[in-house]
Amino acid sequence: MLDWPILSLLVWLPIAGGIIVLLAGEEGARRTALTVSGTTLALCVPLWSAFSTTTADMQFTEYFSWIPGINAYYSLGIDGFSLPLIVLTASITPLVVIAGWRVIEHKRAQYMAAFLIMEGLMIGVFTALDAILFYVFWEAMLIPMFLVIGIWGGPNRVYATIKFFLYTFLGSVLMLVALVYMYFQSGNSFAILDFHALALTRTEQILIFLAFFAAFAVKIPMWPVHTWLPDAHVEAPTGGSAVLAAIMLKMGGYGFIRLSLPIAPDASRELDWLIITLSLIAVVYIGFVALVQQDMKKLIAYSSISHMGFVTLGLFIAFTIFARSGGDIDGAAMGVEGAMVQMVSHGFVSAALFLCVGVMYDRLHSRMIKDYGGVVNSMPIFASFMVLFALSNAGLPGTSGFVGEFMVILASFRANFWYAFLAGTTLVLGAAYTLWMVKRVVFGEVTSDAVAALRDIDGREFLVLGSLTVAVLAIGIWPAPLVDVLHVSVENLLRHIVLTKLP
Amino acid sequence: MYTSALEYLPAIPEIFLLCAICGLLIIDLFLDQERRDVTFLLSQLTLLTTLVLVVYTHGDAPRVVFADSFVADTMATVLKAFICLIVLAVFAYSRRYLIVRGLYRGEFYVLGLFGVLGMMILVSGHNLLSLYLGLELLSLSLYAMVAFDRDSARASEAAMKYFVLGALASGILLYGVSILYGLSGTLDLVQLSEFLRREGTGNIGAALALAFVVVALAFKLGAVPFHMWVPDVYHGSPTPVTVYIASASKVAGFAFVMRFLVDGLGPLHGDWQDMLIVLVLLSLAIGNVVAIAQTNLKRMLAYSTIAHVGFLLLGILAGTRQGYSASMFYTIVYAITTLGAFGVVILLSRAGFEADQLDDLKGLNDRNPWFAFMMLIILFSMAGVPPTVGFFAKLYVLRAIIDVDLWWLAAIAVGFSVIGAFYYLRAVKLMYFDAPLDDSALEETRGMRVVLSTNGLALLALGIYPSALLTLCTQSLMW
Repeated sequence: MLDWPILSLLVWLPIAGGIIVLLAGEEGARRTALTVSGTTLALCVPLWSAFSTTTADMQFTEYFSWIPGINAYYSLGIDGFSLPLIVLTASITPLVVIAGWRVIEHKRAQYMAAFLIMEGLMIGVFTALDAILFYVFWEAMLIPMFLVIGIWGGPNRVYATIKFFLYTFLGSVLMLVALVYMYFQSGNSFAILDFHALALTRTEQILIFLAFFAAFAVKIPMWPVHTWLPDAHVEAPTGGSAVLAAIMLKMGGYGFIRLSLPIAPDASRELDWLIITLSLIAVVYIGFVALVQQDMKKLIAYSSISHMGFVTLGLFIAFTIFARSGGDIDGAAMGVEGAMVQMVSHGFVSAALFLCVGVMYDRLHSRMIKDYGGVVNSMPIFASFMVLFALSNAGLPGTSGFVGEFMVILASFRANFWYAFLAGTTLVLGAAYTLWMVKRVVFGEVTSDAVAALRDIDGREFLVLGSLTVAVLAIGIWPAPLVDVLHVSVENLLRHIVLTKLP
Repeated sequence: MYTSALEYLPAIPEIFLLCAICGLLIIDLFLDQERRDVTFLLSQLTLLTTLVLVVYTHGDAPRVVFADSFVADTMATVLKAFICLIVLAVFAYSRRYLIVRGLYRGEFYVLGLFGVLGMMILVSGHNLLSLYLGLELLSLSLYAMVAFDRDSARASEAAMKYFVLGALASGILLYGVSILYGLSGTLDLVQLSEFLRREGTGNIGAALALAFVVVALAFKLGAVPFHMWVPDVYHGSPTPVTVYIASASKVAGFAFVMRFLVDGLGPLHGDWQDMLIVLVLLSLAIGNVVAIAQTNLKRMLAYSTIAHVGFLLLGILAGTRQGYSASMFYTIVYAITTLGAFGVVILLSRAGFEADQLDDLKGLNDRNPWFAFMMLIILFSMAGVPPTVGFFAKLYVLRAIIDVDLWWLAAIAVGFSVIGAFYYLRAVKLMYFDAPLDDSALEETRGMRVVLSTNGLALLALGIYPSALLTLCTQSLMW
């Protein structure tokens, strides 16, 4: 434990930095943004090293009275679920800043400020232990993203960004009603940990579960409420797509872990078939949809939905495993840990793929697969990065993409053979759509003069893609530190949800 | 009975305001047009002094004077203080707008101040007649202010419509009051409430009177189905008058509902709760849906007001102290927010050009990023998105109605606020995503910049730390 408020610093430093960038204007905006996001990332080092992997209690807690009238507290704290996602957020933001260094020329200061403020708010979501604080961060985050897509996005950006905002807003407000309901049930407390301990009847749990489901299923996103994602991804600028895929989607998974499962375990047990069915549809059906995409960003967007299906599958097969094994915590832990590893891994891989598409888009101003072909001939260094990330996306052993998927499939076997079978199709489908795209874009004959004239990546782009490579390979080769951080919290969660909360 | 002058102490702010207005009216007669600023400054000074007096004469226990017809309690103090503050800002916003249109005359400020006096009497009304007198003083000032730009056909039409419908509503209110008086033999709110508690439930006459009163209240607030005047009056009035009606008079409207329904007709809560539920559902639905179809910014804000009135009544219909304070918080927040929104409309206007179309917002971020940011805060506050205070306003209201197990109503209300978010987002879209229609620099004065910035940042600051205002609202309703 540290004796200084590191979590507050992680939340407010980027926000303050964003405001400074906004006020200081175009001059030096990039440099300030890089310094601030770099410092935030550096703060993760003491955070990670001081984090204790032996306790499931909240660590680095901060607790101040905020709105005494409704018992809302400024209450922060993290456990094994929050820490990896915070580090993910802090790692992606500087890369996005660097990726936008030359590319963004229109209103550069506002762009950088939006990403910094978003970073602070996203870390806020992962650290908040008070429902109102959580909700404030959760919603406030939409505003900068709305502007990022709308100001720097593609031709159809207005439609995409309004759809993005309204979809997520509709899901969230239902969650708000559920939170306020629980506030009264728990004797006027907004503390999320009090909600965990709260006994609720079956009907209450189901309604609360569905309200949360509306918020998190949209965010993660699950089939059939995923349609905002391809639109938003395609229209967003490269940095926006990267943050959206790498971090914002993880909010949904984090929400399931932090709120849905522990607050409504009985409803989760009863409705796990719903989540599992939707997850498997996402994995299989969306995998096929990805196969036919002509637009690279759209393909990666669909691939994200399919990969997120693994996260929800990994979280909710726990109940089937409990039922079959009489409460086997270790068996179920594999699924939940797999889901978490999948989230972190997908954060790096999807961000990397979007940044790769961004690199090509900056040169040729097209995202269509047919406009490329034989890129390897003119951009060999870039091509090797792209192939690596694509393989990781397809789940190649030795890369991060493999670890999470493998753990979830292993856990599914303990639940039901057919779950594992359907989930396993992703190894074929994922490989098919990713590698087919790579084949058409990177390899083959040079299709046009424009492709032949492409220049390879410069030092800045190398730095961005290289850092992501390190992360992808590190998690792939040695996932133990990540799993260690998760393990105690996962067991704690499972021990909590294996018991009924019915009064 | 011996009465000393000191006994009138609680009414000192009103007495001062009345004297000051009369003085101002005479001073203004002797001023040339170029020295009209004196009237402006004197009216601001009057408001400021009234504000100080309101705060200074505040006492913790409620005090009733003038033969039980005037009450000074915490709610009255808080609401009066906010009315003074809001009108101060309205006057500050209005100055340049009026000058460039040749409307910069003393009568505007005198009428505005009379309206404030009416609102203050309304807020402190403790008797059916004093409530009615306050309401009429406010309404008559408003009718005249709407028609202030007498050469504008649209303004005259709006004033006519407002006057005819307003007079009808006043008549309906008086009819309801007369029935209540006939039943109970008293005009005093406390005695009326005691009478109704004894024999009110199941009394046909009381129910009939209640219906009349609710209709009149709904009309004055602009709740559906008595909202027809709102878009026309908002659109037709000179913008400073629109903002006056939209902000300050809504605060008074809240007090009117509190005094009448809660203090006076409180025992009939079961009856008026059902009536308000209908009004709320209709207001939320019509307000939010019809606002989407508007191309005129002032009309859009008018429909948005209707939707906000739905939320305001939602808190009151809960019938708990928590609900009333939530509603009070909502009203104050709404008034400050709408003040800023019309402030931006005024800012964008210039001589011979009324920036009241939504398209006039286009590209504001390119023209002036700071004011675009202020408008962004204002719009998101209206939509109820954190970290602006509009979120907390909605949260408190939702909390109050979920507490009385009306959670289905809460779910419908948040559903409509998502629909409502669409047209606020569209306005943000125009400001940030579209290219400006004209690139001319904004004619901003320093005063305008300061007031509008304070206004916008207040929404953000209150959103990050809403506790102080919430405590104020909760304390106002500690009986």
